[in-house]
Amino acid sequence: MANGASDAAHHAHDHKPTGLGRWLYSTNHKDIGTMYIVLSIIAAVVGGAMSGMIRLELAEPGIQYIEDFQFYNVLVTAHGFIMVFFVVMPGLIGGFGNWIVPLMIGAPDMAFPRMNNISFWLLAAALVLMVMAGLTGSGPGTGWTVYPPLSNADFHSDAAVDFGILSLHLAGASSVLGAINFITTILNMRATGMTLHRMPLFVWSILVTAFLLLLAIPVLAGALTMLLTDRNFGTAFFSPEGGGDPILWQHLFWFFGHPEVYIMVLPAFGVISQIVSTFSRKPVFGYLGMAYAMIAIGFIGFIVWAHHMNAVGLDVNTRAYFVAATMVIAVPTGVKIFSWIATMWGGSLRFDTPMLWALGFIFLFVVGGVTGVVLANAGADMAFHDTYYVVAHFHYVLSIAAVFAMFAGFYYWIGKMSGRQYPEGLGKLHFWITFIGVNVMFFPQHFLGMAGMPRRIPDYPDAYAGWNMVSSIGAAITMVGTLLFFIVLFRTLGAGRKVEANPWGEGATTLEWAVPSPAPFHTHEDTPNVEAQPAE
Amino acid sequence: MFKRLNVFAPILALISFVSAGSAVAAEPKPWQIGLQPAASPVMERIHDFHNLLLVIITLITLFVLALMVYVIVRFNEKSNPVPSKTTHHSVLEVIWTAVPVLILVAIAVPSFKLLYFMDRTQDAEMTLKVIGHQWYWSYEYPDHGNFTFDSNLVPEDELEEGQKRLLAVDNKVVLPVDTNVRLLLGSEDVMHNWAVPAFGVKLDTVPGRTNETWVRITGEGTYYGQCSELCGVNHGFMPIMVEAVSKDAFKAWVAKAKVEFANEENKSLQIVQAKIDAK
Ligand SMILES: [Cu+2]
Repeated sequence: MANGASDAAHHAHDHKPTGLGRWLYSTNHKDIGTMYIVLSIIAAVVGGAMSGMIRLELAEPGIQYIEDFQFYNVLVTAHGFIMVFFVVMPGLIGGFGNWIVPLMIGAPDMAFPRMNNISFWLLAAALVLMVMAGLTGSGPGTGWTVYPPLSNADFHSDAAVDFGILSLHLAGASSVLGAINFITTILNMRATGMTLHRMPLFVWSILVTAFLLLLAIPVLAGALTMLLTDRNFGTAFFSPEGGGDPILWQHLFWFFGHPEVYIMVLPAFGVISQIVSTFSRKPVFGYLGMAYAMIAIGFIGFIVWAHHMNAVGLDVNTRAYFVAATMVIAVPTGVKIFSWIATMWGGSLRFDTPMLWALGFIFLFVVGGVTGVVLANAGADMAFHDTYYVVAHFHYVLSIAAVFAMFAGFYYWIGKMSGRQYPEGLGKLHFWITFIGVNVMFFPQHFLGMAGMPRRIPDYPDAYAGWNMVSSIGAAITMVGTLLFFIVLFRTLGAGRKVEANPWGEGATTLEWAVPSPAPFHTHEDTPNVEAQPAE
Repeated sequence: MFKRLNVFAPILALISFVSAGSAVAAEPKPWQIGLQPAASPVMERIHDFHNLLLVIITLITLFVLALMVYVIVRFNEKSNPVPSKTTHHSVLEVIWTAVPVLILVAIAVPSFKLLYFMDRTQDAEMTLKVIGHQWYWSYEYPDHGNFTFDSNLVPEDELEEGQKRLLAVDNKVVLPVDTNVRLLLGSEDVMHNWAVPAFGVKLDTVPGRTNETWVRITGEGTYYGQCSELCGVNHGFMPIMVEAVSKDAFKAWVAKAKVEFANEENKSLQIVQAKIDAK
């Protein structure tokens, strides 16, 4: 369309809207991505404060601060909702997905920019509704799984649970619209020569995640609507008195809930693949295997849901099936782990901050993964179900692994996003403090669970005191790490070194490193051609 | 403990030490890092199976850690300035797909055995009905005159010497040892979960359903558990306390309990009977 000079002139005045309108009405994938990341950080502060309150209460036996046990249950519930729907999903999918996917595939923006805007603002509205749920009446003390009958009008009679349901409806609509946007963008707007089999693995991960959202969220929406009418309009989908069944809710919830786990962790896989390749100065090992492993994980993720229901009294043959199906997931997951190691094998490794987080992710995901193999066995699970062993397991794969991937992505791409590089020393310190903190916090929870300590209790028998105190000390260390993150953030944005287009050298081969830093308001206005690049 | 020793003898011995270090009482101990000692055949098998799993997952984790340490030491920028361009190795890829499959099959076989063994008992010698309520348990003995009683937490300020905070109840369940007990579980309000770790029993009580499982207690003593499904405000305050006694002691207890916990409908009759006896 234009030669280099007029192209540069065009960039000089980007038609960039200014003021509040730039953000409120934004249709720009980078601005929307930034808003998602800001929302994720704000929600993380709220959700993290809640976990801080939980660990403070549990630091010693007896009741220290939280005398209202309903409030304790509300904390547990809100912590789960916020971390899942308002921290990890917007951070990895809405944030990095929006920012990086169009840059990586050479698209000028997302396919439906206005829909992108409403995706974000629906999520912001959902967060407001979630806060209102917490402040209404005695709050939703149901756990994030919202099992009836506890979540029925008989046992949660004020509007708190209704606000929670409406919040999840909006968050779900936001996710489905976002998923449609990603699928359309990725399938139709790739650079010339970028076939599906040459797409960067982060783009693959977002594509698979988008399909999971598209298939899982409507099931959640249906279940939520049934619960809403049970609560308000006299239906009895989940009440045995009216011919319904509380177990039906669990089937529907976990049909969504298990894929949701992969919705959170697949984008993390994508981020880690990019970083491991970049800092090994090698293409990803077994690229096709990596891509199809994600598809396999996504597919199997839909047929294992009842392993969350090992203790509800399902038929033994049904449980046997779910044991087998669940264990199968370990195979493609193993392929991912070994391929990352093989990518590093023979490489020329640099240990900048993003790589430290990626290495931490790989190891700690293995730790969380192998306890998942233990839990998959419905027989052994009778010792672990609903104990702190489960809490430790899913915090290793989510609170540790997914969050490590978010920090890895932050350090990897902050230069591209802000034009300023993070301070390396502080970044590494942030990693080490967090690494120590989360392990001190969560590893002893395996012991508590094996000894029999149930989840979701505000006070515990005195024998559990020791490891609970250790776990709370770990939480305090993690809190210090989090404060350090904010110092890093402000130092980067305020005084970070101006960064070149590609600060990582020859290992960083994806297209986002070909545009200047910070990435201009409009990028890839001419479709790039990657036919000349070697396939991975 | 010795029957567990096999090819993994040294490792298993260490684990057994860790997981069954205090084999006298079945209750959580300070700084415990393993499962509670087994007091039923189901829990014994869970111990055995978990010991196998723990070895496997520990070896896998250490293997990955060793690979990562090797890669970090051997292939860093200084030791290996020029990266290789290898991105495929079919044999390797087949191996790291096939070997995990074999490991999983090795896990699945004992896993299914355990699952089917623990499901329910074919030859129950008696039945105990457990009903969950917000926030206490009630128990019924249908084979012994169908008496029933509630079991409530002993509040902290009423604890007597030797009673455990948050675990002690006013009326404990009494069961005979070496007897196949069928457990029938139900709920009056929301879902609860009746769990006693030393028995390897953990099953939801679901309104509108009756769930079945079983236990055969192998040793006399007191066993503790807690509600294991979030059930509302006082979820953390509805413990389970089981006293396992000899069969004779159980008979004696039943005779006493029949009077003490007589059903509402025959309570007056029994009081009349007691008065006649007194005369
Ligand atoms: Cu309960």
